[in-house]
Amino acid sequence: MVAVKYVPDTDEIQIDETTGTMVREGIPGIINPLDLYAVEEGLRLKERWGGEIVVLSMGPPKAEEALREALSMGADRAVLLTDRRFAGSDTWATAHTLSKAVRKLGYFDLILCGERATDGETGQVGPELGAMLDLPVITYVSQIEDLHPPHGGKRGWICCRRLTEEGYQRIGAPLPALLTVVKEINEPRLPTFQGKSRARRAEIQRLSLEDLALSAQETGLRGSPTRVVEIFYPSLVRDTVVVAEPPEKSVERIVDFLQKHELI
Amino acid sequence: MDRGVWIIAEQWNGKLKRVSFELLARAQRLADKLGDHLSAVLLGYHIKRAAQELIYHGADVVYLVEHPRLFQFDPDPYANCLERLIREERPEIIVAAATTTGRTLMPILAARLHTGLTADCTDLDIEEGTGLLLQTRPAIGGNVMVTIKTPNHRPQMATVRPRSYKPSPRDSSRSGEVIVKDYPDELFASRFKLLGLERPREETVNIEDTEVVVAVGKGIGKPENLKWIRELAELLDGAIGASRAVVDLGWLPYPHQVGLSGKTVSPRLYLACGISGAIQHLAGMRGSELVIAINKDPRAQIFKVADLGVIGDLTEILPRLIQRLQRLKSKGEKG
Repeated sequence: MVAVKYVPDTDEIQIDETTGTMVREGIPGIINPLDLYAVEEGLRLKERWGGEIVVLSMGPPKAEEALREALSMGADRAVLLTDRRFAGSDTWATAHTLSKAVRKLGYFDLILCGERATDGETGQVGPELGAMLDLPVITYVSQIEDLHPPHGGKRGWICCRRLTEEGYQRIGAPLPALLTVVKEINEPRLPTFQGKSRARRAEIQRLSLEDLALSAQETGLRGSPTRVVEIFYPSLVRDTVVVAEPPEKSVERIVDFLQKHELI
Repeated sequence: MDRGVWIIAEQWNGKLKRVSFELLARAQRLADKLGDHLSAVLLGYHIKRAAQELIYHGADVVYLVEHPRLFQFDPDPYANCLERLIREERPEIIVAAATTTGRTLMPILAARLHTGLTADCTDLDIEEGTGLLLQTRPAIGGNVMVTIKTPNHRPQMATVRPRSYKPSPRDSSRSGEVIVKDYPDELFASRFKLLGLERPREETVNIEDTEVVVAVGKGIGKPENLKWIRELAELLDGAIGASRAVVDLGWLPYPHQVGLSGKTVSPRLYLACGISGAIQHLAGMRGSELVIAINKDPRAQIFKVADLGVIGDLTEILPRLIQRLQRLKSKGEKG
Protein backbone atom coordinates (compact mmCIF):
# COMPACT_ATOMS: atom_id res chain seq x y z
CA MET A 1 0.00 0.00 0.00
CA VAL A 2 1.32 3.40 -0.94
CA ALA A 3 -0.42 6.50 0.40
CA VAL A 4 -0.14 9.54 -1.86
CA LYS A 5 -1.40 13.10 -1.85
CA TYR A 6 -2.65 15.31 -4.63
CA VAL A 7 -0.99 18.70 -4.25
CA PRO A 8 -1.36 21.97 -6.15
CA ASP A 9 1.22 22.39 -8.88
CA THR A 10 1.58 26.12 -8.57
CA ASP A 11 2.91 28.84 -6.37
CA GLU A 12 -0.40 30.66 -6.68
CA ILE A 13 -2.23 28.70 -4.04
CA GLN A 14 -5.27 30.36 -2.55
CA ILE A 15 -6.62 30.16 0.94
CA ASP A 16 -10.27 30.33 1.89
CA GLU A 17 -10.27 33.21 4.35
CA THR A 18 -13.32 31.96 6.27
CA THR A 19 -12.32 28.35 6.90
CA GLY A 20 -8.59 28.89 6.61
CA THR A 21 -8.14 25.87 4.43
CA MET A 22 -6.66 25.65 0.97
CA VAL A 23 -8.88 26.22 -2.01
CA ARG A 24 -8.15 23.28 -4.26
CA GLU A 25 -10.75 23.80 -6.96
CA GLY A 26 -9.51 25.20 -10.23
CA ILE A 27 -5.84 24.74 -9.43
CA PRO A 28 -3.91 22.21 -11.48
CA GLY A 29 -2.57 19.39 -9.34
CA ILE A 30 0.07 16.71 -9.37
CA ILE A 31 1.06 13.81 -7.21
CA ASN A 32 3.13 15.10 -4.28
CA PRO A 33 6.69 14.86 -5.69
CA LEU A 34 7.99 13.25 -2.49
CA ASP A 35 5.39 10.48 -2.80
CA LEU A 36 6.95 9.33 -6.08
CA TYR A 37 9.80 7.85 -4.04
CA ALA A 38 7.32 5.81 -2.01
CA VAL A 39 5.61 4.57 -5.19
CA GLU A 40 8.98 3.69 -6.75
CA GLU A 41 10.12 1.80 -3.66
CA GLY A 42 6.87 -0.16 -3.65
CA LEU A 43 7.37 -1.09 -7.29
CA ARG A 44 10.94 -2.24 -6.63
CA LEU A 45 9.79 -4.42 -3.75
CA LYS A 46 7.12 -5.90 -5.97
CA GLU A 47 9.66 -6.64 -8.72
CA ARG A 48 11.79 -8.49 -6.21
CA TRP A 49 9.17 -10.20 -4.04
CA GLY A 50 5.92 -10.14 -6.01
CA GLY A 51 2.67 -8.98 -4.48
CA GLU A 52 0.35 -6.16 -5.31
CA ILE A 53 0.72 -2.39 -5.05
CA VAL A 54 -2.39 -0.46 -4.06
CA VAL A 55 -2.22 3.34 -4.05
CA LEU A 56 -4.48 5.20 -1.68
CA SER A 57 -5.34 8.87 -1.61
CA MET A 58 -7.84 11.17 0.03
CA GLY A 59 -8.96 14.35 -1.66
CA PRO A 60 -11.34 15.93 -4.13
CA PRO A 61 -12.47 13.90 -7.18
CA LYS A 62 -9.60 15.46 -9.14
CA ALA A 63 -7.11 13.71 -6.85
CA GLU A 64 -7.70 10.80 -9.22
CA GLU A 65 -4.96 12.39 -11.30
CA ALA A 66 -2.39 11.69 -8.61
CA LEU A 67 -3.53 8.08 -8.46
CA ARG A 68 -3.33 7.77 -12.25
CA GLU A 69 0.26 9.02 -12.13
CA ALA A 70 1.07 6.21 -9.69
CA LEU A 71 -0.81 3.70 -11.85
CA SER A 72 1.11 4.83 -14.93
CA MET A 73 4.36 4.04 -13.08
CA GLY A 74 3.11 0.51 -12.49
CA ALA A 75 0.90 0.37 -9.40
CA ASP A 76 -1.77 -2.32 -9.66
CA ARG A 77 -4.86 -0.52 -8.43
CA ALA A 78 -5.98 2.69 -6.82
CA VAL A 79 -8.44 3.77 -4.17
CA LEU A 80 -9.67 7.33 -3.65
CA LEU A 81 -11.37 8.50 -0.48
CA THR A 82 -13.53 11.33 -1.64
CA ASP A 83 -16.47 12.96 0.06
CA ARG A 84 -17.35 16.60 0.72
CA ARG A 85 -17.50 15.74 4.39
CA PHE A 86 -13.78 14.84 4.38
CA ALA A 87 -12.92 18.42 3.39
CA GLY A 88 -10.92 20.52 5.84
CA SER A 89 -9.37 17.54 7.61
CA ASP A 90 -6.23 18.30 9.60
CA THR A 91 -3.50 15.70 9.97
CA TRP A 92 -5.32 13.79 12.73
CA ALA A 93 -8.61 13.61 10.82
CA THR A 94 -6.81 12.69 7.58
CA ALA A 95 -4.86 9.89 9.24
CA HIS A 96 -8.02 8.71 10.99
CA THR A 97 -9.95 8.55 7.71
CA LEU A 98 -7.07 6.80 5.94
CA SER A 99 -6.80 4.29 8.78
CA LYS A 100 -10.46 3.33 8.35
CA ALA A 101 -9.84 2.75 4.66
CA VAL A 102 -6.75 0.63 5.25
CA ARG A 103 -8.69 -1.54 7.69
CA LYS A 104 -11.54 -1.88 5.22
CA LEU A 105 -9.25 -2.77 2.32
CA GLY A 106 -7.75 -5.74 4.13
CA TYR A 107 -4.22 -6.91 4.94
CA PHE A 108 -1.06 -5.12 3.84
CA ASP A 109 2.50 -6.18 4.56
CA LEU A 110 3.85 -2.70 4.20
CA ILE A 111 2.52 0.85 3.96
CA LEU A 112 4.82 3.37 2.28
CA CYS A 113 4.45 7.15 2.52
CA GLY A 114 6.47 10.10 1.32
CA GLU A 115 8.37 12.05 3.97
CA ARG A 116 5.89 14.93 3.78
CA ALA A 117 3.74 16.77 1.25
CA THR A 118 5.10 19.83 -0.49
CA ASP A 119 1.97 21.87 0.31
CA GLY A 120 1.16 21.21 3.98
CA GLU A 121 4.73 20.20 4.85
CA THR A 122 3.84 18.64 8.19
CA GLY A 123 5.14 15.10 7.69
CA GLN A 124 2.63 14.00 10.31
CA VAL A 125 0.02 11.99 8.45
CA GLY A 126 2.30 8.99 7.82
CA PRO A 127 3.37 8.42 11.45
CA GLU A 128 -0.15 9.21 12.70
CA LEU A 129 -1.62 6.65 10.31
CA GLY A 130 0.91 4.05 11.46
CA ALA A 131 0.13 4.73 15.12
CA MET A 132 -3.62 4.52 14.54
CA LEU A 133 -3.16 1.11 12.88
CA ASP A 134 -0.83 0.12 15.73
CA LEU A 135 1.97 -0.60 13.24
CA PRO A 136 5.68 -0.10 13.85
CA VAL A 137 6.56 3.23 12.20
CA ILE A 138 9.99 3.83 10.66
CA THR A 139 10.46 7.41 9.47
CA TYR A 140 13.05 9.03 7.18
CA VAL A 141 13.96 5.72 5.51
CA SER A 142 16.83 6.17 3.05
CA GLN A 143 17.27 2.50 2.21
CA ILE A 144 15.48 -0.78 2.69
CA GLU A 145 18.41 -3.05 3.47
CA ASP A 146 16.59 -6.30 3.81
CA LEU A 147 13.11 -7.72 3.72
CA HIS A 148 11.84 -11.12 4.74
CA PRO A 149 8.24 -11.60 3.65
CA PRO A 150 5.95 -13.54 6.00
CA HIS A 151 6.52 -17.25 5.49
CA GLY A 152 4.63 -20.25 6.83
CA GLY A 153 2.99 -18.47 9.71
CA LYS A 154 6.22 -16.66 10.55
CA ARG A 155 5.99 -12.88 10.65
CA GLY A 156 7.83 -10.91 8.03
CA TRP A 157 10.73 -8.62 8.93
CA ILE A 158 12.15 -5.44 7.44
CA CYS A 159 15.48 -3.77 8.05
CA CYS A 160 16.00 -0.12 7.07
CA ARG A 161 18.49 2.70 7.22
CA ARG A 162 16.97 5.94 8.41
CA LEU A 163 18.46 9.38 8.04
CA THR A 164 18.84 11.17 11.39
CA GLU A 165 20.77 14.20 12.60
CA GLU A 166 23.44 11.91 14.01
CA GLY A 167 23.85 9.77 10.91
CA TYR A 168 22.21 6.71 9.42
CA GLN A 169 20.42 4.60 11.99
CA ARG A 170 19.91 0.94 11.10
CA ILE A 171 16.65 -0.36 12.47
CA GLY A 172 14.56 -3.50 12.05
CA ALA A 173 10.86 -4.10 12.63
CA PRO A 174 8.30 -6.85 12.11
CA LEU A 175 5.78 -6.66 9.27
CA PRO A 176 3.27 -5.24 8.77
CA ALA A 177 4.94 -1.86 9.23
CA LEU A 178 4.64 1.71 7.96
CA LEU A 179 7.62 3.52 6.45
CA THR A 180 8.07 7.11 5.43
CA VAL A 181 10.82 7.42 2.84
CA VAL A 182 13.18 10.26 1.92
CA LYS A 183 14.27 11.32 -1.51
CA GLU A 184 17.61 9.60 -1.17
CA ILE A 185 16.03 6.15 -1.29
CA ASN A 186 15.76 5.82 -5.09
CA GLU A 187 15.29 7.47 -8.45
CA PRO A 188 11.61 7.28 -9.44
CA ARG A 189 10.96 5.87 -12.90
CA LEU A 190 9.14 7.77 -15.60
CA PRO A 191 5.84 6.28 -16.74
CA THR A 192 5.99 4.29 -19.97
CA PHE A 193 3.60 4.93 -22.84
CA GLN A 194 1.94 1.60 -22.08
CA GLY A 195 1.68 2.49 -18.42
CA LYS A 196 0.03 5.77 -19.26
CA SER A 197 -2.60 4.26 -21.46
CA ARG A 198 -3.29 1.54 -18.88
CA ALA A 199 -3.62 4.21 -16.20
CA ARG A 200 -6.06 6.20 -18.32
CA ARG A 201 -8.36 3.21 -18.64
CA ALA A 202 -7.98 1.93 -15.09
CA GLU A 203 -10.97 2.07 -12.84
CA ILE A 204 -10.40 3.84 -9.56
CA GLN A 205 -12.31 2.61 -6.56
CA ARG A 206 -14.02 5.47 -4.72
CA LEU A 207 -14.97 5.31 -1.08
CA SER A 208 -17.24 7.75 0.73
CA LEU A 209 -18.00 8.49 4.38
CA GLU A 210 -20.65 5.75 4.43
CA ASP A 211 -18.34 3.23 2.76
CA LEU A 212 -15.87 3.74 5.59
CA ALA A 213 -18.59 3.56 8.26
CA LEU A 214 -17.38 6.91 9.57
CA SER A 215 -19.50 9.51 11.27
CA ALA A 216 -19.28 13.11 10.08
CA GLN A 217 -18.00 14.08 13.54
CA GLU A 218 -14.76 12.14 13.17
CA THR A 219 -13.53 13.49 9.84
CA GLY A 220 -13.29 16.74 7.90
CA LEU A 221 -13.20 20.06 9.67
CA ARG A 222 -15.52 18.79 12.41
CA GLY A 223 -13.28 15.85 13.18
CA SER A 224 -10.11 17.96 13.31
CA PRO A 225 -8.64 18.84 16.71
CA THR A 226 -6.91 21.91 15.26
CA ARG A 227 -8.46 25.11 13.92
CA VAL A 228 -6.93 27.79 11.76
CA VAL A 229 -7.50 31.13 13.45
CA GLU A 230 -5.54 33.48 11.24
CA ILE A 231 -3.72 33.64 7.93
CA PHE A 232 -1.32 36.40 7.08
CA TYR A 233 1.41 37.16 4.63
CA PRO A 234 4.89 37.31 6.10
CA SER A 235 6.61 40.62 5.65
CA LEU A 236 10.02 40.00 4.22
CA VAL A 237 11.68 43.21 5.19
CA ARG A 238 15.16 43.15 3.80
CA ASP A 239 17.07 46.23 2.81
CA THR A 240 18.62 44.56 -0.16
CA VAL A 241 21.87 45.96 -1.47
CA VAL A 242 23.05 44.51 -4.75
CA VAL A 243 26.49 45.44 -6.02
CA ALA A 244 28.47 44.77 -9.18
CA GLU A 245 32.11 45.56 -8.49
CA PRO A 246 35.57 44.10 -9.11
CA PRO A 247 36.25 40.91 -7.12
CA GLU A 248 38.54 42.61 -4.56
CA LYS A 249 35.85 45.17 -3.76
CA SER A 250 33.18 42.46 -3.58
CA VAL A 251 35.26 40.51 -1.07
CA GLU A 252 35.63 43.63 1.06
CA ARG A 253 31.85 44.10 1.02
CA ILE A 254 31.27 40.54 2.16
CA VAL A 255 33.88 40.75 4.91
CA ASP A 256 32.44 44.06 6.13
CA PHE A 257 28.98 42.53 6.20
CA LEU A 258 30.21 39.50 8.16
CA GLN A 259 32.04 41.72 10.64
CA LYS A 260 29.13 44.10 11.08
CA HIS A 261 26.88 41.18 11.99
CA GLU A 262 29.54 39.55 14.18
CA LEU A 263 29.68 36.45 12.06
CA ILE A 264 33.48 36.45 12.09
CA MET B 1 -2.71 21.48 40.92
CA ASP B 2 -1.96 23.27 37.69
CA ARG B 3 -1.24 21.07 34.75
CA GLY B 4 1.41 23.18 33.21
CA VAL B 5 3.57 23.64 30.17
CA TRP B 6 5.93 20.85 29.15
CA ILE B 7 8.88 20.50 26.89
CA ILE B 8 10.27 17.19 25.65
CA ALA B 9 14.03 17.36 26.21
CA GLU B 10 16.32 15.59 23.75
CA GLN B 11 19.60 13.94 24.61
CA TRP B 12 22.26 12.14 22.67
CA ASN B 13 24.57 9.70 24.44
CA GLY B 14 23.41 11.06 27.78
CA LYS B 15 24.21 14.65 26.88
CA LEU B 16 21.41 17.19 26.43
CA LYS B 17 21.06 18.62 22.96
CA ARG B 18 21.12 22.39 22.66
CA VAL B 19 17.55 22.33 21.37
CA SER B 20 16.37 21.28 24.84
CA PHE B 21 17.43 24.66 26.20
CA GLU B 22 15.84 26.45 23.25
CA LEU B 23 12.58 24.68 24.06
CA LEU B 24 12.87 25.74 27.70
CA ALA B 25 13.37 29.37 26.69
CA ARG B 26 10.35 29.32 24.41
CA ALA B 27 8.10 27.49 26.84
CA GLN B 28 9.17 29.74 29.73
CA ARG B 29 7.41 32.65 28.01
CA LEU B 30 4.25 30.59 27.68
CA ALA B 31 4.35 29.40 31.30
CA ASP B 32 4.91 32.97 32.52
CA LYS B 33 1.93 34.23 30.56
CA LEU B 34 -0.24 31.49 32.01
CA GLY B 35 1.24 31.87 35.48
CA ASP B 36 1.99 28.19 35.30
CA HIS B 37 4.86 25.83 36.01
CA LEU B 38 7.38 24.83 33.39
CA SER B 39 8.22 21.14 33.28
CA ALA B 40 10.64 19.13 31.19
CA VAL B 41 10.40 15.45 30.33
CA LEU B 42 13.66 13.58 30.04
CA LEU B 43 13.92 10.00 28.83
CA GLY B 44 17.23 8.15 28.74
CA TYR B 45 19.62 6.06 30.78
CA HIS B 46 22.10 7.30 33.41
CA ILE B 47 21.03 10.88 32.88
CA LYS B 48 20.35 12.23 36.38
CA ARG B 49 22.93 14.97 35.86
CA ALA B 50 21.16 16.08 32.70
CA ALA B 51 17.92 16.36 34.70
CA GLN B 52 19.63 18.80 37.07
CA GLU B 53 20.94 20.72 34.06
CA LEU B 54 17.35 21.22 32.82
CA ILE B 55 16.49 22.81 36.17
CA TYR B 56 19.49 25.14 35.90
CA HIS B 57 18.13 26.17 32.49
CA GLY B 58 14.63 27.00 33.67
CA ALA B 59 12.59 23.87 34.39
CA ASP B 60 10.60 23.90 37.65
CA VAL B 61 9.94 20.19 37.43
CA VAL B 62 11.73 17.44 35.53
CA TYR B 63 9.93 14.16 34.93
CA LEU B 64 12.68 11.60 34.58
CA VAL B 65 12.33 8.10 33.19
CA GLU B 66 15.50 6.01 33.06
CA HIS B 67 15.86 2.62 31.43
CA PRO B 68 18.47 0.94 29.20
CA ARG B 69 15.85 0.77 26.45
CA LEU B 70 15.64 4.58 26.50
CA PHE B 71 19.36 5.09 25.91
CA GLN B 72 18.70 5.74 22.21
CA PHE B 73 15.49 6.83 20.56
CA ASP B 74 13.23 3.84 19.98
CA PRO B 75 9.67 4.81 18.99
CA ASP B 76 7.96 2.11 21.10
CA PRO B 77 9.31 2.66 24.63
CA TYR B 78 9.52 6.43 24.08
CA ALA B 79 5.90 6.70 22.96
CA ASN B 80 4.72 4.26 25.65
CA CYS B 81 6.38 6.15 28.50
CA LEU B 82 5.30 9.54 27.25
CA GLU B 83 1.73 8.44 26.67
CA ARG B 84 1.55 7.08 30.23
CA LEU B 85 3.12 10.21 31.69
CA ILE B 86 0.80 12.54 29.78
CA ARG B 87 -2.27 10.57 30.85
CA GLU B 88 -1.11 10.69 34.47
CA GLU B 89 -0.11 14.34 34.66
CA ARG B 90 -2.34 15.84 31.97
CA PRO B 91 -0.32 18.85 30.83
CA GLU B 92 -2.02 21.72 28.99
CA ILE B 93 0.75 22.32 26.47
CA ILE B 94 3.64 20.26 25.11
CA VAL B 95 6.41 21.78 23.00
CA ALA B 96 8.88 19.42 21.30
CA ALA B 97 11.72 19.79 18.82
CA ALA B 98 11.13 19.38 15.09
CA THR B 99 14.01 16.91 14.87
CA THR B 100 13.76 13.47 13.30
CA THR B 101 13.00 12.21 16.81
CA GLY B 102 10.35 14.83 17.62
CA ARG B 103 8.77 14.56 14.22
CA THR B 104 8.40 10.81 14.68
CA LEU B 105 7.39 10.70 18.32
CA MET B 106 4.91 13.58 18.43
CA PRO B 107 2.61 12.42 15.60
CA ILE B 108 2.49 8.95 17.19
CA LEU B 109 1.45 10.58 20.47
CA ALA B 110 -1.08 12.86 18.76
CA ALA B 111 -2.68 9.80 17.17
CA ARG B 112 -2.79 7.85 20.44
CA LEU B 113 -4.01 10.76 22.55
CA HIS B 114 -6.45 12.04 19.94
CA THR B 115 -5.23 15.61 19.95
CA GLY B 116 -3.90 18.23 17.56
CA LEU B 117 -0.27 18.76 16.64
CA THR B 118 1.22 21.64 14.68
CA ALA B 119 4.57 21.07 12.99
CA ASP B 120 7.48 23.49 12.66
CA CYS B 121 6.00 26.46 14.48
CA THR B 122 7.98 29.66 14.15
CA ASP B 123 6.03 31.45 16.87
CA LEU B 124 4.13 30.28 19.93
CA ASP B 125 1.96 32.53 22.07
CA ILE B 126 -0.94 32.46 24.48
CA GLU B 127 -4.30 33.84 23.39
CA GLU B 128 -5.68 36.60 25.59
CA GLY B 129 -8.76 35.54 27.48
CA THR B 130 -8.86 31.87 26.54
CA GLY B 131 -5.31 30.96 27.49
CA LEU B 132 -5.10 28.78 24.39
CA LEU B 133 -1.81 28.09 22.64
CA LEU B 134 -1.46 30.02 19.39
CA GLN B 135 0.72 28.05 17.00
CA THR B 136 2.07 29.99 14.04
CA ARG B 137 3.79 28.21 11.16
CA PRO B 138 4.69 28.92 7.57
CA ALA B 139 2.54 27.17 4.99
CA ILE B 140 2.75 26.56 1.28
CA GLY B 141 6.47 27.02 0.98
CA GLY B 142 6.60 30.01 3.31
CA ASN B 143 4.23 32.05 1.14
CA VAL B 144 1.77 32.52 3.98
CA MET B 145 1.81 32.22 7.75
CA VAL B 146 -0.98 30.37 9.50
CA THR B 147 -1.94 30.59 13.16
CA ILE B 148 -3.54 27.45 14.49
CA LYS B 149 -5.07 26.49 17.81
CA THR B 150 -6.38 23.35 19.44
CA PRO B 151 -9.55 24.48 21.24
CA ASN B 152 -11.04 21.31 22.69
CA HIS B 153 -8.36 18.61 22.78
CA ARG B 154 -5.53 18.23 25.27
CA PRO B 155 -2.66 18.53 25.41
CA GLN B 156 -2.10 21.26 22.85
CA MET B 157 1.02 20.13 21.04
CA ALA B 158 3.52 21.81 18.74
CA THR B 159 7.01 21.26 17.40
CA VAL B 160 9.54 24.01 16.74
CA ARG B 161 12.66 24.00 14.62
CA PRO B 162 16.07 23.72 16.25
CA ARG B 163 18.13 26.93 16.11
CA SER B 164 15.01 29.06 15.84
CA TYR B 165 15.32 30.45 19.37
CA LYS B 166 18.05 31.48 21.79
CA PRO B 167 18.70 28.81 24.43
CA SER B 168 17.85 29.73 28.01
CA PRO B 169 20.86 30.74 30.09
CA ARG B 170 22.30 28.48 32.80
CA ASP B 171 21.75 29.52 36.39
CA SER B 172 23.20 27.03 38.86
CA SER B 173 21.43 28.71 41.79
CA ARG B 174 18.03 27.65 40.44
CA SER B 175 16.27 24.83 42.22
CA GLY B 176 13.49 22.54 41.13
CA GLU B 177 12.10 19.09 41.60
CA VAL B 178 13.15 15.93 39.77
CA ILE B 179 10.26 13.45 39.75
CA VAL B 180 11.51 9.97 38.93
CA LYS B 181 8.93 7.75 37.28
CA ASP B 182 9.29 4.00 37.66
CA TYR B 183 7.27 2.25 35.04
CA PRO B 184 6.55 -1.46 34.59
CA ASP B 185 8.68 -3.47 32.19
CA GLU B 186 6.01 -3.86 29.55
CA LEU B 187 6.20 -0.14 28.79
CA PHE B 188 9.81 -0.60 27.68
CA ALA B 189 9.09 -3.50 25.34
CA SER B 190 9.83 -2.74 21.71
CA ARG B 191 8.93 -4.25 18.37
CA PHE B 192 12.04 -2.64 16.90
CA LYS B 193 15.65 -3.78 16.80
CA LEU B 194 18.19 -0.95 16.83
CA LEU B 195 21.10 -2.18 14.77
CA GLY B 196 23.60 0.64 15.09
CA LEU B 197 24.48 4.00 13.69
CA GLU B 198 26.69 4.97 10.77
CA ARG B 199 28.15 8.43 10.69
CA PRO B 200 27.52 10.19 7.39
CA ARG B 201 30.24 10.53 4.79
CA GLU B 202 30.13 14.30 4.78
CA GLU B 203 31.13 15.74 8.14
CA THR B 204 28.77 18.69 8.41
CA VAL B 205 25.60 17.24 7.01
CA ASN B 206 23.25 18.61 9.62
CA ILE B 207 22.20 21.79 7.86
CA GLU B 208 19.07 22.40 9.93
CA ASP B 209 20.98 22.76 13.16
CA THR B 210 23.69 25.29 12.39
CA GLU B 211 24.15 29.06 12.54
CA VAL B 212 25.71 29.40 9.11
CA VAL B 213 24.81 27.61 5.90
CA VAL B 214 27.09 28.00 2.89
CA ALA B 215 24.92 26.90 0.00
CA VAL B 216 26.04 26.03 -3.47
CA GLY B 217 24.23 26.01 -6.80
CA LYS B 218 25.04 24.93 -10.32
CA GLY B 219 26.78 28.26 -10.81
CA ILE B 220 29.81 26.82 -9.05
CA GLY B 221 30.61 25.31 -12.47
CA LYS B 222 32.17 21.95 -11.67
CA PRO B 223 32.39 19.58 -8.71
CA GLU B 224 36.12 20.34 -8.21
CA ASN B 225 35.15 23.89 -7.22
CA LEU B 226 33.25 22.54 -4.22
CA LYS B 227 36.56 22.69 -2.37
CA TRP B 228 35.98 26.44 -1.96
CA ILE B 229 32.54 25.82 -0.48
CA ARG B 230 34.01 23.32 1.98
CA GLU B 231 36.74 25.76 3.00
CA LEU B 232 34.26 28.59 3.41
CA ALA B 233 31.94 26.45 5.49
CA GLU B 234 34.83 25.50 7.71
CA LEU B 235 36.04 29.09 8.11
CA LEU B 236 32.54 30.28 9.00
CA ASP B 237 31.87 27.26 11.19
CA GLY B 238 28.88 26.38 9.06
CA ALA B 239 27.34 23.53 7.13
CA ILE B 240 27.04 23.01 3.37
CA GLY B 241 23.68 23.40 1.67
CA ALA B 242 22.92 22.70 -1.97
CA SER B 243 20.36 23.50 -4.61
CA ARG B 244 18.37 20.70 -6.13
CA ALA B 245 20.37 20.96 -9.36
CA VAL B 246 23.63 20.22 -7.53
CA VAL B 247 22.11 17.18 -5.82
CA ASP B 248 20.55 15.93 -9.03
CA LEU B 249 23.96 16.18 -10.72
CA GLY B 250 25.34 14.00 -7.93
CA TRP B 251 27.87 16.64 -6.78
CA LEU B 252 26.55 16.49 -3.21
CA PRO B 253 24.28 13.93 -1.53
CA TYR B 254 20.64 14.58 -0.73
CA PRO B 255 21.01 15.49 2.97
CA HIS B 256 22.50 18.80 1.78
CA GLN B 257 19.51 19.79 -0.33
CA VAL B 258 17.66 22.96 0.64
CA GLY B 259 14.19 23.68 -0.69
CA LEU B 260 10.70 22.37 -1.10
CA SER B 261 11.82 18.80 -1.75
CA GLY B 262 14.80 19.09 0.58
CA LYS B 263 15.34 20.71 3.95
CA THR B 264 14.03 24.00 5.28
CA VAL B 265 16.75 25.97 7.05
CA SER B 266 16.69 29.14 9.11
CA PRO B 267 20.29 29.91 10.04
CA ARG B 268 21.65 33.29 11.14
CA LEU B 269 23.52 33.52 7.82
CA TYR B 270 22.70 31.91 4.49
CA LEU B 271 25.52 32.41 2.01
CA ALA B 272 24.23 31.43 -1.44
CA CYS B 273 26.96 30.80 -4.02
CA GLY B 274 25.88 30.37 -7.62
CA ILE B 275 22.25 29.74 -6.73
CA SER B 276 19.73 31.32 -9.07
CA GLY B 277 16.90 31.06 -6.57
CA ALA B 278 14.02 29.03 -7.97
CA ILE B 279 10.87 29.50 -5.91
CA GLN B 280 11.24 25.94 -4.61
CA HIS B 281 14.70 26.78 -3.29
CA LEU B 282 13.63 30.09 -1.77
CA ALA B 283 10.91 28.24 0.14
CA GLY B 284 13.60 26.34 1.99
CA MET B 285 15.77 29.30 3.03
CA ARG B 286 13.73 32.50 3.19
CA GLY B 287 13.44 32.15 6.96
CA SER B 288 17.19 32.80 7.28
CA GLU B 289 18.06 35.85 9.35
CA LEU B 290 20.70 37.20 6.97
CA VAL B 291 21.30 36.29 3.35
CA ILE B 292 24.32 36.97 1.17
CA ALA B 293 24.02 35.92 -2.46
CA ILE B 294 26.83 35.72 -5.00
CA ASN B 295 25.80 35.15 -8.60
CA LYS B 296 27.02 36.30 -11.97
CA ASP B 297 23.50 36.73 -13.34
CA PRO B 298 22.16 40.13 -12.22
CA ARG B 299 18.60 38.91 -12.80
CA ALA B 300 18.94 35.93 -10.42
CA GLN B 301 15.86 35.64 -8.18
CA ILE B 302 18.05 34.96 -5.16
CA PHE B 303 18.95 38.68 -5.03
CA LYS B 304 15.33 39.47 -4.17
CA VAL B 305 15.61 37.72 -0.82
CA ALA B 306 19.21 38.76 -0.08
CA ASP B 307 20.47 41.43 2.31
CA LEU B 308 23.69 41.65 0.35
CA GLY B 309 23.78 40.66 -3.30
CA VAL B 310 27.12 40.44 -5.08
CA ILE B 311 27.10 40.19 -8.85
CA GLY B 312 30.29 38.48 -9.91
CA ASP B 313 32.24 35.39 -10.83
CA LEU B 314 32.56 32.80 -8.07
CA THR B 315 35.90 31.58 -9.37
CA GLU B 316 37.29 35.08 -8.82
CA ILE B 317 35.51 35.94 -5.59
CA LEU B 318 35.64 32.73 -3.55
CA PRO B 319 39.43 32.13 -3.54
CA ARG B 320 39.99 35.76 -2.53
CA LEU B 321 37.31 35.62 0.14
CA ILE B 322 38.80 32.44 1.60
CA GLN B 323 42.28 33.95 1.66
CA ARG B 324 40.97 37.07 3.36
CA LEU B 325 39.05 35.09 6.01
CA GLN B 326 42.07 32.88 6.67
CA ARG B 327 44.24 35.95 7.26
CA LEU B 328 41.66 37.48 9.60
CA LYS B 329 41.42 34.22 11.49
CA SER B 330 45.17 33.75 11.97
CA LYS B 331 45.48 37.38 13.05
CA GLY B 332 42.68 36.83 15.56
CA GLU B 333 44.39 33.74 16.93
CA LYS B 334 47.72 35.52 17.32
CA GLY B 335 46.17 38.66 18.74
